[in-house]
Amino acid sequence: MWDLTTKETASVQEHENVLHIKGLKKSFGKKEVLRDIDLDVKRGENVVVLGKSGSGKSVIIQCIVGMISPDAGVLQVFGEEVSSLNEKELKKLRTRIGFLFQSGALYDSMTVRENMEFPLMRILKLRNQAEIDKRVEEVLKSVGLFESIDKMPSDLSGGMRKRAGLARTLVLNPELMLYDEPTTGLDPITSREISNLVLQIQKKYKTTAIIITHDMECAAITADRVLVLSDGEFIAEGSFEAIKNSKDKHVSSFFK
Amino acid sequence: MNDEALSGWRSRLAEKGEQVAFLKDFLKNLFRGGFEWSEFIRQCYEIGYKSFTLVGTTAFIMGLVMAMQLRPTLISFGAESMLPKSLAVSIIKEIGPVITAIICAGKIASGIGAELGSMKVTEQIDAMEVSGANPMQFLVVTRILATTAMVPLLTLLGDVLGLLGGFLAININGSVSLLLYFNKCIASLGFSDLLPAFIKTIFFGFVIGFIGCYKGYNSNKGTESVGIAANSAVVVASLWIFVIDAIVVQVSNTLIY
Ligand SMILES: Nc1ncnc2c1ncn2[C@@H]1O[C@H](COP(=O)(O)OP(=O)(O)OP(=O)(O)O)[C@@H](O)[C@H]1O
Ligand SMILES: [Mg+2]
Repeated sequence: MWDLTTKETASVQEHENVLHIKGLKKSFGKKEVLRDIDLDVKRGENVVVLGKSGSGKSVIIQCIVGMISPDAGVLQVFGEEVSSLNEKELKKLRTRIGFLFQSGALYDSMTVRENMEFPLMRILKLRNQAEIDKRVEEVLKSVGLFESIDKMPSDLSGGMRKRAGLARTLVLNPELMLYDEPTTGLDPITSREISNLVLQIQKKYKTTAIIITHDMECAAITADRVLVLSDGEFIAEGSFEAIKNSKDKHVSSFFK
Repeated sequence: MNDEALSGWRSRLAEKGEQVAFLKDFLKNLFRGGFEWSEFIRQCYEIGYKSFTLVGTTAFIMGLVMAMQLRPTLISFGAESMLPKSLAVSIIKEIGPVITAIICAGKIASGIGAELGSMKVTEQIDAMEVSGANPMQFLVVTRILATTAMVPLLTLLGDVLGLLGGFLAININGSVSLLLYFNKCIASLGFSDLLPAFIKTIFFGFVIGFIGCYKGYNSNKGTESVGIAANSAVVVASLWIFVIDAIVVQVSNTLIY
């Protein structure tokens, strides 16, 4: 298993871009959600996507994992065109991507520990309980949730659920992390903790990340680069400082 | 008005198509390998454990009441000794399987519909899928097989307790030994009575799990859709139970007589 992971990492190093999107379009019925999306993400980069509610931010990352199929455009992850993958290849690709849902999406009939074991046993097909325990404990320690290992999700606070959801995706050592509003619904202090955690994950696990957020502080902490989505297109791109000082009224409206 | 009726029928037809696709998906995952044994056993336990008191009590009371109702009629024909036989035939061939299945539709199909529906709403099913795991195999295959296995067992329990209820009613009025009573019951039934009765319980079990899973797995993403999923699972599963019952009786009558 470990062997496989290192081999895959090597293949990523060959492609500078982890993600390459060009001319992506998606409509639901008559509603054009994504009109023309271009996005390239380099290995190790944290890209923040800003955009108001309903602008299609979640749709972009759902396209990346193949939950939604785009109407047109190029969408390559790790150099592979997502729409051309068969079921098995798509599964394999998905194991290399971590997707943090807005709600955390913890399996609520299982304890935190069982939530972590689920992907290890089902996707990596680990059987050795000692190794499973070791990886579960390590990942929970790195998100600061080790004391709650035997709790049920219903006994966790919102911030703890986010951490647990994060741990469950990290346990598979993803190369690309997709965060859907990691700080929404949390108090400012917890939000800051989660934002810092996102930054630490980038350093510790060497992940590439797309972070969708409304939270300016989260963007300021985590972003290497910021993109602003409006009317199905990216209307601005740059460092957090550059975006913050933008004169464009669509862009500056985010900072009021 | 006409348009409305038309689009109503169209969406009903579309749903039938989706159900067929869901069935195909179920079969594909059933034979894929990597069967989730521990989840299957957990589901069997949950389903059996949750329903056996309710099934047992209801069947017992039904048997008791039926015996009390039948007795005066049979006495007026001078056929009181036919009571065990008529009880056995009606309970084992019809009342036992159908009552058990209807109770299970109310309890299990709605439970599965609500559980999977809320997993859908809270994105747990999406999360499983996106992580590269197989929610169809883990959630759906195990539940459908568990109901298919447990409903026949629960029916057996219902049959036995229904007959015991009948025994109690008979014993209030005059004493018959339990052994003699059961001997009379069993003697009155042949293989051709038992086999169709057993086979239909398998179909009932399948339909309860299938409709519960289909409604839950395909529910919409609003909070109210959990209730809708649970509710429509019961309604649709109950309807199917009566339809299957009618078909099995018709088919077995043509084959046997
Ligand atoms: N599966 C779907 N089917 C139909 N319409 C959809 C689907 N997913 C998203 N949409 C529509 O696409 C639009 C964008 O949705 P999306 O969830 O991407 O917004 P968002 O930018 O993530 O907003 P928020 O910040 O509120 O999460 C919405 O109008 C939504 O109704
Ligand atoms: Mg969203």
